[in-house]
Order: sequence, then structure tokens, then C-alpha cells
Amino acid sequence: MASHLENQYFVPHGSIYPSILSVGLLTMASGFIFSVAIDKSKDLAYLQSPGKWMMILGAVITTAMVFKWMGAVITESLTNKYKGWEDKSFRIGMITFICSEVAFFMAFFGTLFYMRIISIPDLAGYDADITPYKNFLATWPSQGPGGIVLGNEFKVNAGMEFMKPWGLAAINTGLLLTSGATITWAHWALIKNNRTQLILGMFATVALGIAFLACQAVEYHEAYTHMGLTLGSGAYGATFFMLTGFHGFHVTLGTIMLIVILIRCMKGHFTPEHHFGFEGVAWYWHFVDVVWLGLFIFVYWL
Amino acid sequence: MSTTTITHDEEHHDHPTGIMRWLTTTNHKDIGTMYLTFSLIMFLVGGAMVLGIRAELFQPGLQLMKPEFYNQLIGVHALIMIFSALMPAATGFANWMIPLQIGAPDMALPRLNNWGFWLLPPSAILLTLPFTLALFGIGDGAIATGWTFYPPLSVQGGIGVDFAIFAVHLLGISSVMGSINIIVTLFNMRAPGMTLMKMPMFAWGWLITAFLLVATIPVLAGAVTMLLTDRHFGTHFFSAAGGGDPIMFQHLFWFFGHPEVYILLLPVWGFIPQILQTFSRKPMYGYKAQVYSLWAIGALSVVVWAHHFFTAGMPVPALLYFMYSTMAISLPLAVLFFCWIKTMWRGSMTFETPMLFAVGWIILFGIGGLTGLVLADVAADAQYHNSYFVVAHFHYTLFAGGIMGIMAGVYYWLPKMTGHMYNEKLGKVHFWLTAIAFNMTFIPQFFLGLAGMPRRIPDYAIQFTEFNEISTIAAFALGFSQLLFVYNIVMCVKGGKKATDKVWEGAVGLEWTLSSPPPYHSFTEQPTVN
Repeated sequence: MASHLENQYFVPHGSIYPSILSVGLLTMASGFIFSVAIDKSKDLAYLQSPGKWMMILGAVITTAMVFKWMGAVITESLTNKYKGWEDKSFRIGMITFICSEVAFFMAFFGTLFYMRIISIPDLAGYDADITPYKNFLATWPSQGPGGIVLGNEFKVNAGMEFMKPWGLAAINTGLLLTSGATITWAHWALIKNNRTQLILGMFATVALGIAFLACQAVEYHEAYTHMGLTLGSGAYGATFFMLTGFHGFHVTLGTIMLIVILIRCMKGHFTPEHHFGFEGVAWYWHFVDVVWLGLFIFVYWL
Repeated sequence: MSTTTITHDEEHHDHPTGIMRWLTTTNHKDIGTMYLTFSLIMFLVGGAMVLGIRAELFQPGLQLMKPEFYNQLIGVHALIMIFSALMPAATGFANWMIPLQIGAPDMALPRLNNWGFWLLPPSAILLTLPFTLALFGIGDGAIATGWTFYPPLSVQGGIGVDFAIFAVHLLGISSVMGSINIIVTLFNMRAPGMTLMKMPMFAWGWLITAFLLVATIPVLAGAVTMLLTDRHFGTHFFSAAGGGDPIMFQHLFWFFGHPEVYILLLPVWGFIPQILQTFSRKPMYGYKAQVYSLWAIGALSVVVWAHHFFTAGMPVPALLYFMYSTMAISLPLAVLFFCWIKTMWRGSMTFETPMLFAVGWIILFGIGGLTGLVLADVAADAQYHNSYFVVAHFHYTLFAGGIMGIMAGVYYWLPKMTGHMYNEKLGKVHFWLTAIAFNMTFIPQFFLGLAGMPRRIPDYAIQFTEFNEISTIAAFALGFSQLLFVYNIVMCVKGGKKATDKVWEGAVGLEWTLSSPPPYHSFTEQPTVN
């Protein structure tokens, strides 16, 4: 294409990291399966402890390979292997990846809407005489009609509390929105080549991310110890923890990436013209931010 | 005019040899070869499983296996054929051919490309390991729910379900990574002058496939994750007692599952017109119409999912919507069929093996499409649902429409990839054996389904015996004739008549301007397309 002023496309030499990374994921997955195998068969209890160690080993291999791989990319970036053409590849790739993450969250939001709009009102609509779901009110938040399914009794916990939007959740919204602003402030500094403002902005963003995670930890602790709200509390508990949990996991990954970028900023890796690493992480952070707004509105508020 | 070379970081090193070459490679041809080889091996593994199934169905009653094992075989057969045979074959061609067709030095993200492939063997291990573990008394075998994971069966199932869930996770990561790579390559690596509307049809087919994968695979990942938490962490997503709904899983699954059908077929719809134009020796008919039809089908495929479970219970307006939207897909598909046939119309056609497969493919895939139209009818579906009619229908779309299409591609591009001609006579024998045995296997199943034989049951009523016997014998013939295919490929890789650069008299496109086989680093200078 005509816009390629640089006429060399960099094809990296062979790398062993991707294949070892796959082995790490395989080990982690099998380890996880063995460690929870007891749920399905008491005979498999002896697998639980080796499974845990296998999972830890797999996680170590996976993490190590991700860091080695990204390290190789950083080295190549620092030795000016990447020019405008490669940079564009990374940009399109990152946008596509974020689209796939949006699709992942869509599955859980879809679940939330389905339960609220279809399955809960449906359950209320059945004739009480022929179902175990007597006196069930189809209001949200719901912890389900209760009853016996697959031989397991689901008891409704009468004292269960639900999440309020204008407490910790509102604070968390503030924290994440502010962090979105600070990372943009840092980006402006990077373009203006203002190192102090850049590092300050990045530092603030990391701090806000960690503060968010701390608030969420407090919230989860409260839910489990005082509110009686757990993963097992029916439709509301399941969707609440699944949505906020996966979001929190993404915030954790985002914070780790931000810390790496902060260190790279301090080392002076980025120039005003050439800093895709920074921008990619910033895009990811904004994506996490937007997902949180969806969570705040649909999980906590409405 | 820009001349482009790639930076040979590899020049400074010796190429690793042996296993290390394949473990570490970032070359699109090496990775494409690995995908295709893996796909062929898994095709045989999945095929062996289905021969077990057909042997059991040879006669009514239980002869060879317990029903539990039968259920495991059908589920793993489907998962392997879809995720480990058909999808990797299409991705393998994408890796091999897209850079050659658009004049790119390599795929845009080579290391990611390597990861995309190396996620596949672990996922195949996860799918099949439970069989082995069961032999050692660990667990009760592989997933026994069919490939669809429907709860509550999948919530109750043994560790085979967990293994399948994680296999799907790894396969999903692999597909998304592969799709990202293809999207980036097609948007960023085209040769100067090759606008989007000048791209080869195969590239178009894959671009839309990649978009579908990025949009739907993560939804499947989310769905099976909820299954996992329902199984082990006490959530109630799919259990009515907690306010959930097992039918919700069907919605989530088929939101992925229906586009998946087009994910398997769109790459084939891409290269079949190229084969038709090559052997008709005239330009493709209706290029623009085909591109727009591919887009229309891709877009429609994500809004029609519930036709897979009409009988599960839905409000009537929903049934009507999903029926009409499903039937709407036949309009762009009819445009495609028209273009394919018109491409051949008055061409000076010859029938080498790829063309035989392509023409046979149009007819057989046409049967698959038309029987699908019948299944889309809500009123009629009540009779067809979960019967052998469905089994025959989706084998016409996925074996004839998918695998036989891929075979056309293999014969078409094999001389380019290896530099040798395959054995034409053997290829033709392979085609006729496959086509005849395939029809003999599945035509009886249409009738069995209409007569009421349910799928996924190892036993059946006595009146179904004769047709099942025909089907089983033909299935074995179909299976064993694939050994000819393997033999032909192996012999072609090892040697044979030298292939010319153009290979086929009527071949058009950048890949035919390179030598056969192409150099390790192709298009170190990007060509200019006018």
C-alpha cells in the first residue's frame, strides 16, 4: 500500500515462547480439572492436591512465557525493528482483540438480561400447585424461587441483602473514571515529551486501579461475611459475581500492564512519535472503564 | 510503486531443524503446513470414532459398546471434526494462501500465528485424554452430552465435561488469535494496488469468517465458563431453582453455534469460485454480488440462532421471527449458487480432480442447503427435530459442504505447495468413491429421520435395520476411501511430476506467479496490482 514509507516488514525469528505458553495453559487447565474433580466423584479425592500443584506450575509457566514473550517484543521495539507498517498491524490487532473481549462480556450481560426479562418472570408465571416454586415473587434482585433441582435443594436465604449503587460502587465508578482521565493526561504529556507529567499521570492511574481493586475486595468480603450474598445465592448472586468478577480480573490484568508501562515510561522507552505499547494499554484501560459503566448501570443501579 | 522486502531476522541465525523448527517457526507456510497436517490426522481420528458409532448401529440392540461410551463417541466425534479437523484445515489454507494471494511477505503477526497453532494439540489432548484416564480408572470417560453441552446433562456429567470445557477454551483462544491475525493481514499487508474489492474471493470469505469468530467464540467461552461455575461453584445460571434457565444455555450456545456453521463454510465459498473459474477458463461471474452475498450471510447468521431449538419452547412471535430470518439466508445463498453456476456457463471446462470436487460440492451442498430450508420451517421442524433427518442434513452441509470443499482446495493447491503433481487418476477415484459412499451413507438417514429414528441413541426399532445397514457399509467405504486421499498426499509430498509455476492452465491470481513450491520467504518484494 502506498502509505508504507518504510519498505521493510519485520518478521521475527522463531520463538519457543508460544508453544511453551500452550503447554503452560494445558498444565493449568488439567490441574484445575483435577483439583475440582472431587465435586463429581468422591473416588477422585486423591487427585485434588496434585491437581492444585499442577495448576500452580501451569500458572507459573504461563506467566513466565507471557513476560518472556512481551520482553522479546519490547527488545525488538527498542532496537527499532517496528516502524509505521508494523505499528499499524499492532493497532488493528489490538482493536480486534478488544472487540473479542466486548463479545465475551456480552455473553454475561446477555445472561443478566435474559434472567431478568425472561426466566424470572417465567418462573413466577407457573401454577403454584404444580411446581415447587410456591409464593415466588418475580422481582429483581431475586435469589430464585427455591426448590429441589437435580436432587439438590436450593434454600432461599431470607436475610440476604443486595448491592446498593450509591455506596462503594459509586466510589469505584469515580475511581475508574478518574483513572481514565489521568491516563489521557499522561498521554498528552507523552506527546508533549513532558516526562514528569507522564510519570505522574501513569502513577496516579496505577494507584487508582489498585484503589478500585481494594474497594472491590472490601465489597466482596462484605457480601460474603455480612450480606449473605454469595456465588450460590441464585440468579442475582451468580450474575453479580460473574460480571464484577470477570471485570475485576480484567482490571487486575490492566493494572499489571499499567505497572509495566509505568516502568517503561520511567526508563524512557517511549517517544512522542513511537509509543504503541502505551496506547494499546490505554485502549484496554478505557475498555475496562466502559464495561464498568455498563456494570454500574445494569448490575448495581437499575 | 513501493518495493518491499522483509527484514530477515532469520538470516542472522541458522534455521533450527527437526522438531525445533516446527515448535518455534514464525513462517506462514510452516504454520500452514502444521495446521493442515494436524487437521488431516484429527480427521482420521474423528473418522475412526464414527466408524465405531456406525458399527454399533449396524444392527438394532447393543452389540459393541455401552450407551455411555456411545454417547462419548458422538460428542467427541463432533467436537474433533468441527474444531480439530475442519476449522484447522481452513486456517491452514488461510496461512498458506492468503499471504501469497494478496502479495504479502508473511502473516502480519507471525509469533501470534505460531501460538494459534500450538494451542490446538493441547486442546486435542484435553478432548481425548478422558478416554485414556478412564482406562486407568480415573473418571468415567469423555464428554457424553453431544457437542452441544446442554445442561442439565452437562452439569451432572463427569470430569469429561470439564476437559471438554477447557478444550473449548483453548480452541477458542486459538481461533480468536488466528482471526486477529487474518484480519490484520488482510487490512494491512495487501500489495500496492490491491484494493479490498480486488481481493481474491478466498480472502473475502476468510475476512468475514474472522469477524464472525471474533464476535461469537467469546460468547461460547462465556457460556461454558458459566457451565463450569454451575458444576463446581454453586451458581444457578442454568438451574430453575436459583432463577436460571437451561434454555438460556441453548441461546448462548447457538448464538455461537449457528455462525459457526458459516465459519466452517465461508472459507470454502471463497475458494470454490476460484476453482470454478480456473477450470472453466473464464472470469468469475458476479464478483461484487458474491462479496455482498457473503456479507449478507455473515450478518444474517448472527441473528437466526434459535432455529436450532424450535421445540424447546419459545413464544410464537419468536418462532416466527427465527423462521423467517433463517429462510432469508437462502436469498443471498441463491445468489451465490447462481454465480457459481454462471461462472461455469459456456466455459471451456475440464474436469481435473479439484473441479470434480467443486462441481460435486455444488450439488451436494445444494442438497444440504435445501434440507436446511425444510428444517427452518417451524411447523415441519416439530417432526424433524432431533431425528436422523437432522444428522443427514448437517452432514450434507459439513461433510459435503465443508470437508469435500476442503478436499477440492487440497487438490487445487497441493501442486503449488509441494511443487509436485498428485496422481490425477487416484484423485478421480478418490472423488467418485467419496461422492458415492457419502450419498449412500446419508441418503438412507434422511428416510430414517422422516420415519422417526431419533439421533444420539445407540439402539433403534427393528424396522430401521436395512437402511442402517446400508448406511454403515457405506460409511466404512467412505472412511477407507479417505486412505487413498492420505496416500495421494503423501506421495505428492515425496515426489512426482514437477508442477509448473502456473500449475493449471486457467489459474489466475498472485499465488500462481510464484515458483512451485514457493520460496521460504515469498514476496520479499511486494508486487503491484493494477
